[in-house]
Amino acid sequence: MENIVIIGNGIAGISAARHIRKLSDKRIIIVSAETDYFFSRTALMYVYMGHMKFDHIQPYENWFWEKNNIELVRAYVNHVDTEKKQLLLDGSRALQYDKLILATGSKPNKFGWPGQDLHGVQGLYSKQDLDLLEVNAPNKDVCKRAVIVGGGLIGIELAEMLRSRDIPVTFLVRENSFWNGVLPSGESKMINEHILEHHIDLRLGTNLKEIVSDENGSVKSVIIAETGEELPCDMVGLTAGVTPNIDFLKDSGIELGRGIKVNRFLETNIKDIYAIGDCAEQHEAIGNRRPIEAVWYTGRMMGETVAQTICGNKLEYKPGHWFNSAKFLDIEYQTYGWVFSERGKKDYEEHFHWRHSSEKICITIAFNKENNRFLGINTFGIRMRHEIFDRWLTEKRDVDYVIEHLSDANFDPEFYKHYEQEVVSKYNSDFGKSIALKKKSLKRIFQIN
Amino acid sequence: MSTYDRSMALTGQPPKELNRNQKIATLIGLFGLAIILLTAFNVDFPNKSIWLSISLASITIGILWFSWDMYSQKEPGIKNDGVWFKSISSKGFWGWIAGISLTSFYIILYFFPEYLGLVQKGNNTGVIGLFDPLSRALSGNPASQWFVYGTLYTVAILAFGIKFIWKYRHNRYERIRTMSVMFFQTAFAFIIPELMARLNGSSVLNGGSLPYYDLKNMWPLNYYNFEGYRIKGFLSSGDIGFALLIFGILSVFVISPILTYKYGKRWYCSWVCGCGGLAETAGDSFRQLSDKTVKAWKIERWVVHSVVVFVTLMTTAVIYSYLGNDTSKYWLTKSTFLIGVGVLLTSVFTLVMIFKREQFQKDAKYGAVGYLVIILALIGFHFFSGEGQVFLFKSETLRKSYSFLIGSIFSGVIGTGFYPIFGNRVWCRFGCPMAAILGFQQRLFSKFRITTNGGQCISCGNCSTYCEMGIDVRAYAQKGENIVRSSCVGCGICSAVCPRGVLKLENGPLQGRIDSNQVLLGNDVDLMTLVNKK
Repeated sequence: MENIVIIGNGIAGISAARHIRKLSDKRIIIVSAETDYFFSRTALMYVYMGHMKFDHIQPYENWFWEKNNIELVRAYVNHVDTEKKQLLLDGSRALQYDKLILATGSKPNKFGWPGQDLHGVQGLYSKQDLDLLEVNAPNKDVCKRAVIVGGGLIGIELAEMLRSRDIPVTFLVRENSFWNGVLPSGESKMINEHILEHHIDLRLGTNLKEIVSDENGSVKSVIIAETGEELPCDMVGLTAGVTPNIDFLKDSGIELGRGIKVNRFLETNIKDIYAIGDCAEQHEAIGNRRPIEAVWYTGRMMGETVAQTICGNKLEYKPGHWFNSAKFLDIEYQTYGWVFSERGKKDYEEHFHWRHSSEKICITIAFNKENNRFLGINTFGIRMRHEIFDRWLTEKRDVDYVIEHLSDANFDPEFYKHYEQEVVSKYNSDFGKSIALKKKSLKRIFQIN
Repeated sequence: MSTYDRSMALTGQPPKELNRNQKIATLIGLFGLAIILLTAFNVDFPNKSIWLSISLASITIGILWFSWDMYSQKEPGIKNDGVWFKSISSKGFWGWIAGISLTSFYIILYFFPEYLGLVQKGNNTGVIGLFDPLSRALSGNPASQWFVYGTLYTVAILAFGIKFIWKYRHNRYERIRTMSVMFFQTAFAFIIPELMARLNGSSVLNGGSLPYYDLKNMWPLNYYNFEGYRIKGFLSSGDIGFALLIFGILSVFVISPILTYKYGKRWYCSWVCGCGGLAETAGDSFRQLSDKTVKAWKIERWVVHSVVVFVTLMTTAVIYSYLGNDTSKYWLTKSTFLIGVGVLLTSVFTLVMIFKREQFQKDAKYGAVGYLVIILALIGFHFFSGEGQVFLFKSETLRKSYSFLIGSIFSGVIGTGFYPIFGNRVWCRFGCPMAAILGFQQRLFSKFRITTNGGQCISCGNCSTYCEMGIDVRAYAQKGENIVRSSCVGCGICSAVCPRGVLKLENGPLQGRIDSNQVLLGNDVDLMTLVNKK
């Protein structure tokens, strides 16, 4: 029987395993040094915040793996011997494979800051990082101030986590507005305001110069590059993005770039070795996507795709329309299609932006100004129906159609206030149109004839 | 696993200490309870009306002040920080203390009301005596232990309801739903029945007597509704009583199925029902404690459906026991009644098996067949064996054991007393026959479902953790599957706590509602066709 070994038990590796099991009875072995069982990495924050216990973020009960005949091995892979088709585990044991799936994920970026390896300095990615956070910042007495370096999704989540225990947080963001490399300015500005509402000391346009050590080799303070200001703190969170976790593959002969190089079938340069998830790097970016996508959803999709290939139905990785979501403190964010920030905006891309007069709610719709085609939507504080936007993008609808049928796309809970009428009015006045909002239709939503 | 210590302090681990305001609020609330406790030890308060008012007011103010201090200073949003660090809400020391105290209270309430000061002939003393003035003001009668319980129950739903509304003030669905629950408890369960009792013996009713009737409380939840004394009560009260009897029957067979078809079980379980009302308000702090394992789910399905069978059997037996055989005296005779019940059950069963067979799991199918056979066999057995015993037991024995086991032990002592240990919907989930019947309708015939938003789920587990009915919502959401579970009461919390906006309570077309393809958007269409092709 064919021996499938998967390194990494994150969403990519586990999706691959589950789908291989659905399609075949091959022997499946998952190796992970991080935890015994699969857990939702994106939910680690809720364990620290006390919303859930660690057990709750494990999507399957512990008996699930044995019942489905998926073997779990808790070990660290030191080396991959592609000649002998063998892994070296924990420096001692060997494990044979017929096919190998690399799903090793990422590790937090460190950019060579002085003091970046001191006690009290950490990233937030793994279960071990969470355990470390309980040591570094258990409460506001032990951790009198925390400094977070890097203004992205993990940074704001870490800030929210620390604030849930009343720990004062200073948030150093290199950009002059939060996440404005990704978000258009109106949205980025709104999130800036929301961060301040949560009593987070947000420092925009600020870089870290140095982390200063005390006599015990622990963090004492950080020094800010621009002003030379020294901020006393007990914990520093490094959240300036992640890089693929591939150091152990350096001498294996597997082609590496920033990540593990794969083709559209998720195959590496070596036969029978595949890479998926955060650690995989496409030779050429797919559409507007980046060559490496450290996103939950793409990890899941790659896992499903590679399972097909391994089970004899060779399949190209063809992610559909881009989508993503996040939550910034209390504001939910969803995106469908492409809406670029001012920095990444295409020549043909024009934006329509609407923001509520008092609530933290806004949407931005991107469209092609040459042919009016709808390109994508960002929503903050309004939930939208994924299927509807996926359909509209596939059908290449124009922006007027989208605005006219916006009620169909609303996914907010019942009785919530609706803002479509306001959005339509703003659109009409911005672009000199006279579109009338259509009433929500279950027939259209569920495509009933 | 987090490595924090679990201390025995009420305050839990950092940053969950009570601040000064919260401590004062707790003190005020406990003062109100202390007055009631003192009366339980027969401390006689001179002016009962005033002391009762002080007691209830300080309980209410304590709860409100505490909640105001907890939520008003924070931004609107999800407020679950530290839930699992607090001893009271994570089965810690204070959770057990609360569970044991509540359970003891229920045991005394149900089985030893004399300790609360109930005096059969003469004036009440103790706690019940304290509540006499309020009871006389409402219904004109002295209080009973049920009046004491009803008053405290209503106060709890109102005060904790306001807490819930503050907590979820960003969420309009939760606000409106909670107001509905508060309204139905105060008006329908508490005030109207008391006023109806006041009408007893008045000229309106020509000297008949109207049973104390909570209009929204329908069979089989009020399993006693068709008992002899109730029917007599109804029939002796002229047109009003007769109308109420008809309403009681219609609500079971017509009104409730129609509403369930349109809105699912939530029209009742988390918008109207009193048990649900208490669970949603006072019990909200314990919703995360419900067991989500597959094992618990299996136990739940068997237990709750057995209770339905039991209540059906019991009611049939009870009604049968007071019907006669003489066709000239009774328009409904024992035989016609039994045949009627048999025909009704068989036709429901047949219709379901013909039209909805494919929606049953194998074990559910066996269970349904098994139960139908048992009921029909018992009816038949009796029918051919003539007079005497009803079924194998005396109907009175059956009714008493139901009322003791299910009506008291399950719904009260375990169901509510164990909130801090098993979560706030133990009764609704494992014991309530009404919930089971509505669930059956919801699963098979309703427009209601929880929709999953394409491929946006990150399997975080908030939905499952905060589902009070112990549904593993995430298991469906991460597959992109509609959630059509008979146990779902439509409280809407899964949708509220979802950080990615994946879940929505929705009434939609029946087509594709249950056997919807598991759609995980993201991959291109070819792959999804393949995945669905199982």
